[in-house]
Amino acid sequence: MLYDVKMTVNGAAVAGQVEARTLLAQFIREHLRLTGTHVGCDTTQCGCCVVHVDGVAVKSCTMLAVQAVGRSITTIEGLAAADGTLHPMQEAFREHHGLQCGFCTPGMVMMAVDIARRKPGADEKTVRHELEGNICRCTGYQGIVEAILDGSAKINAARINSAEA
Amino acid sequence: MHNFDYHRAASLADAAAKLKGAEDGKLLAGGMTLLPTLKNRLAQPSDLIDLADLGDMRGVSIEGDEVVIRAMTPHFAVATSLEVAAAIPALAALAGNIGDPAVRHRGTIGGSVANSDPAADYPAAVLGLDATVVTNERSIRGDDYFLGLFETALRPGEIITSVRFKKPKRAHYLKFRHPASGYAVVGVMVAQFAAGTRVAVTGAGPCAFRVKAMEEALDRSFTPAAVADIAVPHADLMGDIHCSAEYRAHLVKVYARRAVEALTA
Repeated sequence: MLYDVKMTVNGAAVAGQVEARTLLAQFIREHLRLTGTHVGCDTTQCGCCVVHVDGVAVKSCTMLAVQAVGRSITTIEGLAAADGTLHPMQEAFREHHGLQCGFCTPGMVMMAVDIARRKPGADEKTVRHELEGNICRCTGYQGIVEAILDGSAKINAARINSAEA
Repeated sequence: MHNFDYHRAASLADAAAKLKGAEDGKLLAGGMTLLPTLKNRLAQPSDLIDLADLGDMRGVSIEGDEVVIRAMTPHFAVATSLEVAAAIPALAALAGNIGDPAVRHRGTIGGSVANSDPAADYPAAVLGLDATVVTNERSIRGDDYFLGLFETALRPGEIITSVRFKKPKRAHYLKFRHPASGYAVVGVMVAQFAAGTRVAVTGAGPCAFRVKAMEEALDRSFTPAAVADIAVPHADLMGDIHCSAEYRAHLVKVYARRAVEALTA
């Protein structure tokens, strides 16, 4: 049996037909062809598949596409501005070279944006703790943590400025 | 993953009816254990009944001397609830150390308590905080709830609607966290009530259990020294790839002592 699914992905309404067992990660990658979301472990541990569902970070390999019906999803492809300007967190990862092979990067960046939202002003220890569900098999955490600290500071400074303006 | 039929329950009664009508139905709450289990083909339910649309199954409230957490409340909401932090800080801290942030956004207390994974954190709180598990049919005392490995007092078709925790005078939960999974290799909740102290252990046995000898010792003298030498028999504990039953028994003693240290420092 196939199920009709409708949801918002990166601001656009999308629809498709899936089996009940189709994972959200599969729907994003194979139906929508948004292959920035990676699947590293398929066992809810590595965090390469992190996307935002209604604004909070979740592991899309451990959510069914049918569970996402009616929800708003943001993937790594939805972070940058329409003109290609990188999101401040993406820019911070570029600046601090927060990657080695790059496979875990989409999930790292999506989790980093979530950390910046939930833990403004987080110190290094907090950031490392918050990353426990995201694994970099190259062990390139140094640059990743530096990028998240810098990206979070910029995002939250912008947030305060826009609140004051 | 084997395929199944998927349904969204429109109400608690609808969920119960759909569960009853299915050949081998399972409830889907956060899915943080169920979906990995299905992916590994360790279970093959005919139907999943998703409780996600039951908005009145989410949220936290304080009722008298109890903290009531409705079944579909995710760990993140418990961990960041100011009400929980004020009433039972140990419970908020416990919820904030389950899994990882993305797991805490989805995983629910009802799912965790219904599943009764031997290494889950909430069972230590259910026993340690003298909780009551409320279902669509009845209330079950925490002390009567955990029966064995993944086995609880829940009857087929019964649905947890909330868990009611009693507010202790003071409580602390500590765990030896598995470095990869975050599960409790051993977790100990020490909670002091006017009626006496409770020491509840998760991770060590087939299901959560209390250590009466430690409770009696702490009632005589609430000091780290009181529990430091109380041996926990390892015959009924679990030995696995992570550590032996003897080591788990040792950890129970160490974590109970450290929890009391944290409360008396």
